[in-house]
Amino acid sequence: MKATLLKSAAFGIATIFAGGTQLSAEVGSISGAGASFPAPVYQSWTYAYRQTAGIQINYQSIGSGAGINQIKAGTIDFAGTDNPLTAEAQQKDGLAQFPMLTGGVVVIVNLPGIKQGELKLKRSTLADIFLGKITRWNDSRIQAENPAVKLPKLRITVVRRADASGTSFIFTNYLSKISPLWKDKVGCGSSVRWPVGIGGQKNPGVCNNVAKIHGAIGYTEYTYAVEARLNCVALENRSGKFVAPSLQSFKASAANANWKDAPGFYLVLTDQPGEKSWPITGVTYVLIRKDCAPAVRAELVKYFNWCFSSGATAAEKLNYVPLPESVVQLIQSRILN
Amino acid sequence: MLKLDSTFRWLCFGAAAFAGLLLLGFFLQLALSSSAAWREFGLGFLVSTEWDPVSNVYGALPSVVGTLLTTAIALVLALPLAFSAALYLVDAKPWIGAVLGHAIDLLAAIPSVIYGMWGLFVLAPLMQTRIQPFLAETLRLNKIPFFGDDYNGFGILTAGLILAVMILPYICAIMRDVFRMTPPMLRESAFGVGCTKWETAKDIVLRYGLRGILGGVFIGLGRALGETMAVLFVIGNLMEMPDSLFSGATTIASTLANNFAEADGLQRSALFALGLILLFMSFGIQVLAQSYLHATSAGRGEK
Repeated sequence: MKATLLKSAAFGIATIFAGGTQLSAEVGSISGAGASFPAPVYQSWTYAYRQTAGIQINYQSIGSGAGINQIKAGTIDFAGTDNPLTAEAQQKDGLAQFPMLTGGVVVIVNLPGIKQGELKLKRSTLADIFLGKITRWNDSRIQAENPAVKLPKLRITVVRRADASGTSFIFTNYLSKISPLWKDKVGCGSSVRWPVGIGGQKNPGVCNNVAKIHGAIGYTEYTYAVEARLNCVALENRSGKFVAPSLQSFKASAANANWKDAPGFYLVLTDQPGEKSWPITGVTYVLIRKDCAPAVRAELVKYFNWCFSSGATAAEKLNYVPLPESVVQLIQSRILN
Repeated sequence: MLKLDSTFRWLCFGAAAFAGLLLLGFFLQLALSSSAAWREFGLGFLVSTEWDPVSNVYGALPSVVGTLLTTAIALVLALPLAFSAALYLVDAKPWIGAVLGHAIDLLAAIPSVIYGMWGLFVLAPLMQTRIQPFLAETLRLNKIPFFGDDYNGFGILTAGLILAVMILPYICAIMRDVFRMTPPMLRESAFGVGCTKWETAKDIVLRYGLRGILGGVFIGLGRALGETMAVLFVIGNLMEMPDSLFSGATTIASTLANNFAEADGLQRSALFALGLILLFMSFGIQVLAQSYLHATSAGRGEK
């Protein structure tokens, strides 16, 4: 009796294992994780892709740095990051990197009585607010840049990310470019020593804190600001013009990118020239392992090619700029083949 | 039969030993993983106020001070409330005691993230628009160093308030149970010789229940020290030394939660070192409490 039981149990287990191997040969699902900056698009893509291709793609928005750690450890099939790895770093860990989308980081404020897009900030003023050198909204410098606006006598509360983040990397990279003092005192990174302010968790946390605190100023990925209906600031770009964040101004900024001569597709797109360019534009990247199984690789190539060809509309709807055709071909010839 | 007996014995021994090994394992793991940070910064890590991921320099003091301050505020606010509530519940009419007692027990069952959401959406705006202006400007507390002019609803005081609400039910429930265990004879005798209710509470119930009161305090303390989610939402997450009760700060637990997922190298090691410090803090409090109770047990007539 016992022996038959054991036998049938062993048989059952064997069938399960056999079934398992069969499944993995076909690749049941692909999992990715990383940056929260492009997460809204990635999530809409994975949903649409499952409907057409029938394969499950998961994307968890856990942050760029965490995504990089996971892909290095081999626990996921692809990672999303806004903080690009240099060609050497990719080489060292056996990773391949390519850009996916361009998007904008915007500055948001909570100022009662001030309409959407009404407030303008110069480069030096923006940097000094985040350095904690300007502490009141009715400061003479802000007033001088906004003669038509009646600024409240509120304290400025800076809101920034508490966790390490690719959005912070893009933003601090920009501040380092426009303010020597920022570059010297704080620097650029996914998490830095913020001189002032309170920290929120991820993009939604920053939006939430800005929405709750009168006199708050923060930065976030554009889509999150639109969804939370927050007041975006018009910023001064490299040509000295004030521009509002929009798909057009992100596109104008992305048009300058020279991907062909960027080894490992390492490029930071902040502070681009052009009268219509939005100053804080960021690129979000995808990392894959060079040593991943051929079956998985084939699925990844299929998926990303689908993203480039069929995902553009969904991306633009969420205010991200898809890559131009020439860059897509470059990526396809170098990596996705 | 005998075999079953000894098997059972070994099984129980194994279970008991497992708990001890687990604790030892935690210490070892934290010590091992944090060794790089200790080698790099030495004991100076404990008193350094720097936390700069860009230049890879880390120090524990802001997190430690934030943890101690928020915990202290929580205890100062929660302890008198919990104590008076527990005293009242022991002597209250049965139906009132039952209703309020259940309410307090249910308060303890609320997950901490709910407290955090409440803190973010209700308490922090209320602090910014009402409480902090009242404290700073109406009561003129901004003239003394511990408060300040720079408030935005987030910070140490808000975190301390949330923690106070969170630990209140724990402390109160334990105190109430201990007070109930005071032998009725003792209390009745006190009333018999003409003690007022206050005197009975002070000299009989309080003395008899000291162990329980301290137990409640330490449970509350332990929870406040390690609380993560609720604090994370309202503390402000500023890696600097706080300069007033209104200023943003950070605690060890919230520093870990904010940075752990993305950290590597020296930063990860520094985070492990912070974890080790937190473990030592809770451990130290336990040891102090035990030894205090042991030393004073003779005086209370327990031996």
